[in-house]
Amino acid sequence: MKKEIFFQLNGEPRRVDVAPHETLLDVLRGKMGVHSPKEGCGRGDCGACTVLLDGKAVRGCLVLAMEVEGQAVTTLEGLGRDGPRALQEAFVEGNVFQCGFCAPGVVLAASALLAAHPDPTERQIREALAGNLCRCTGYEPIVKTILAVAKKKKGRKAKPSSAPSRRTAS
Amino acid sequence: MSRTHIVGHSAIRVDGLAKVTGAAQYVDDLEFGPGLLHAAVVESPHAHAEILKIDTRAAEKAPGVVRVVTGADFPYTFGLYMSDRYIFAMDRVRFVGEQIAAVIAETPEEALRAAKLVKVAYRPLPPVLSLAEALKKDAVLLHPKLGEYQRVPWFYPKAGTNIAHWRKTRKGDPAEGFKQADYILEDTYTVPRYAHCPIEPHATTAFFDMSGRLTLWASSQSPFAQRDVMAIALKPFGLTHRDIRVVTPYVGGGFGGKAGVSMEIIAAVLAIAMKGRPVRLHWTREQEFRNTSQRQGVIARIKMGVRKTGEITALEHTLHWDAGASAEYGANVVNAVGLSATGPYRIPHVKIDSVCVYTNMPPCGAYRGFGYSEFHFGLESHLNRIAKAIGMDPVELRRRNAIREGDTLAYGAAMNPGNLLGAMDAVAGEIQWGRKKKSKKSHKVIGKGMACFWKAPALPPNASSSAYLKFNEDGSMNLSVSGMEIGQGFLTVMAQVAAEVLTVPVAKIRVETPDTDRNAYEWQTVGSHVTWGCGNAVRAAAEDVKKKLIATAARGTKRKAADLYLQDECVKSRKDASFSLPFRDYVISGIMQPDGRFIGGPIHGTGMFMPEFTTTQGDPETSQGGHPNVHYTVGCAGVIVEFDKETGKMDILKVALAVDAGKAINPQLVRGQIVGGIVQGLATALYEDIRYAPDGRLLNPNFTDYKIPTALDCPAEIVPIILETPQPDGPFGARGIGEHTMIASAPMMANAIEDALGVRLKTMPLTAEKIALALKGIDYEEVKGDSLGFCFRGRPCDYPFEVGGGIS
Ligand code: FES
Ligand code: FES
Repeated sequence: MKKEIFFQLNGEPRRVDVAPHETLLDVLRGKMGVHSPKEGCGRGDCGACTVLLDGKAVRGCLVLAMEVEGQAVTTLEGLGRDGPRALQEAFVEGNVFQCGFCAPGVVLAASALLAAHPDPTERQIREALAGNLCRCTGYEPIVKTILAVAKKKKGRKAKPSSAPSRRTAS
Repeated sequence: MSRTHIVGHSAIRVDGLAKVTGAAQYVDDLEFGPGLLHAAVVESPHAHAEILKIDTRAAEKAPGVVRVVTGADFPYTFGLYMSDRYIFAMDRVRFVGEQIAAVIAETPEEALRAAKLVKVAYRPLPPVLSLAEALKKDAVLLHPKLGEYQRVPWFYPKAGTNIAHWRKTRKGDPAEGFKQADYILEDTYTVPRYAHCPIEPHATTAFFDMSGRLTLWASSQSPFAQRDVMAIALKPFGLTHRDIRVVTPYVGGGFGGKAGVSMEIIAAVLAIAMKGRPVRLHWTREQEFRNTSQRQGVIARIKMGVRKTGEITALEHTLHWDAGASAEYGANVVNAVGLSATGPYRIPHVKIDSVCVYTNMPPCGAYRGFGYSEFHFGLESHLNRIAKAIGMDPVELRRRNAIREGDTLAYGAAMNPGNLLGAMDAVAGEIQWGRKKKSKKSHKVIGKGMACFWKAPALPPNASSSAYLKFNEDGSMNLSVSGMEIGQGFLTVMAQVAAEVLTVPVAKIRVETPDTDRNAYEWQTVGSHVTWGCGNAVRAAAEDVKKKLIATAARGTKRKAADLYLQDECVKSRKDASFSLPFRDYVISGIMQPDGRFIGGPIHGTGMFMPEFTTTQGDPETSQGGHPNVHYTVGCAGVIVEFDKETGKMDILKVALAVDAGKAINPQLVRGQIVGGIVQGLATALYEDIRYAPDGRLLNPNFTDYKIPTALDCPAEIVPIILETPQPDGPFGARGIGEHTMIASAPMMANAIEDALGVRLKTMPLTAEKIALALKGIDYEEVKGDSLGFCFRGRPCDYPFEVGGGIS
């Protein structure tokens, strides 16, 4: 019944024996010592188990481990390998999370959003996070911080090109 | 008060980086190796039944099973305030989902599979699923042994009934007060049960090692209270406090649901049954809804009299609470409300009856707000209706009655400082109270609502806190406390208090989550009291360290202690500007003398706090004479809402909430509590809608059917407002605010609904559906169907508020 699967976990090739009914979340937490994805409901409602599968945010509790054969799985253990990212730093600076149980899922969902839409509207952010439940923060600090990080990045990128255009205008 | 440098500033959370990098460990993230066993519980399908026989033979033979445990192995009760809760149901089950047995197996799947093989024979008993039934003469009793349970002295259970506790408060002469009134309004309000819904469900791993030491790793707000409750309940195994250790890593949300003891004791006894191997018990989301604790449902009758000029002359407030199958914790919620159901108003004549009733529903306990959200719904709705009836602005009515420092509370003690009027002014200004706002859309209308709130921590009179502080070689510090970091920022705030006294930066102070073997004692993290109580202990510990820093520096450098002070992690002298002794130079190694000797040694300090002025020894018939509450925190909230006149759908345009924090030690964290509390409060007010089948089965124990807010369900604008009227006995003047931020949500919304649409809803939640029905003139009571939100189904106005059998 068990089958060996191969996939990239946080940038490293890994192999593991899995049973057909085991979810990616079970396997990461129970067999691979990766604990940042959390289990909040086990049925796709809360998003605490969010991981990136080939860069896309998915729910670890709804993905069967066998399905990830050959794909790349990223968790916070991989995302922060070279130190926390700008988004994570901004979350810390803003005292954004409270109990923090939703944080791994939110950070990954927000990272996936910003990778796909570097300049999202507040509505897009709220929609992208609608599957990540947070009982503590009321979401406002999370959403505002993502918005600010995106704006700041855009500002940085925009600068070199905007400087000459100002000159032309004057 | 002198200027502070760290207190009052928004320090970065000490747990911030750990939480965004996934480094923060929660119970279920801990590894216990290949020896770990997994448990699954067998649950009752009946709300009330006698257990005739439990047959575990098939389960015992199932693959992977190592042991099956039932109540016969652990025939004990437990409880925080009253030991009426069973580790495993014994002779009878009292709610659907109650644990009857547990299977311990090598894997979670094997445990679950085998749990289904346990055969239980029941004789169904009539379930008590109606408050009126529970309170009638000759009612079916849930706890025939009620009179025998151990309990705290301030609970008054009525043996031979389903009344677990009855708190009575009497002040003045209500009959006389109603005579003085020009207008009297009497009506009934209902509030159903609610579920806490922390995103992390309860989880405990327990290990009873070969030397007889029991360790629990629990997701808990109450490590020390848990150790104490277990030491009492598990005494038959020879376990003492010394033998039990509770370790609590980060907690993924508590909201009161992880206070006291619930499933943890099951894990503890399973470990005792499996000496030498750790046992893991992890609640599913469904079990989290059903078998931890819920917020109690309540039906409340309010009779209030006022003069034409607005002064409240008398209040009668009667509350019947659906406590569920156990009241070991919930009865204290009932108690708290019985003392404080006047709300933040000066009322000369008061009669409060707060009655805790056993029913065959899941047990209830602490939930953020501890009963105050529930009674404020009726009270603050009632005030608006009275204002309307006497033609007065509802805010003006509240202003005329607002409680002030020194006023006599319903139980006779004096009110502490707090700026309720300032909170009202701030909120009224923020939502432009009194100015009508028109919607741009013809099918929509805009309304405004306001509500005030107050709340005191509900603590035993000896709920104490303590703290240890020690230095490391480089001048960094470790602070040991046992308040729980449940998200509110407790660890950070404690570090700030120590940092302020000692001039050590917050970033150099490590504060960790509790371990009862190693950390300083704390009663438990509830009641929004830890900033205040534990903050006082930390301040005392820091002052102790400060004294030692100065004494050692004085001795080691031959200076007068009176000339020395602390600044920027150094000891300095008022007499000698050139003198500066960095802490790191001597806090471990001491100060070297010319002859090569060293003076000093590792510097550490301790502090404790006990609210020595409190007592619960008031008269049981009137509550007069005691001082049960340490202080109240007051505030006000207001909202601007746009309604669709057809569908009842609401868009919350703005919410403002002002709370008197005494001193906001970390303003950003206070604002975080306000925003989070408002969103949680609005969800309970508007759409969290728990439903039980008529047979007592919980119908929506998941996030698909029990909706909690998502990022899409938030007000467009939230304005947190912090007022600071110092609490004289608080650390730097601080008092708690965490729970308070959700209390005003429901009445504020009910008042806005009436303002916009002219309909008054008296049953929570205030769903769009109820609004739409009311607008169409359809009586919700006619169409509400047969599912229940708590042990009440009829029309609220018909509920008799009677207690049968001559009990009073
Ligand atoms: S645990 Fe996967 S969505 Fe909740
Ligand atoms: S911070 Fe607690 S669930 Fe989001």
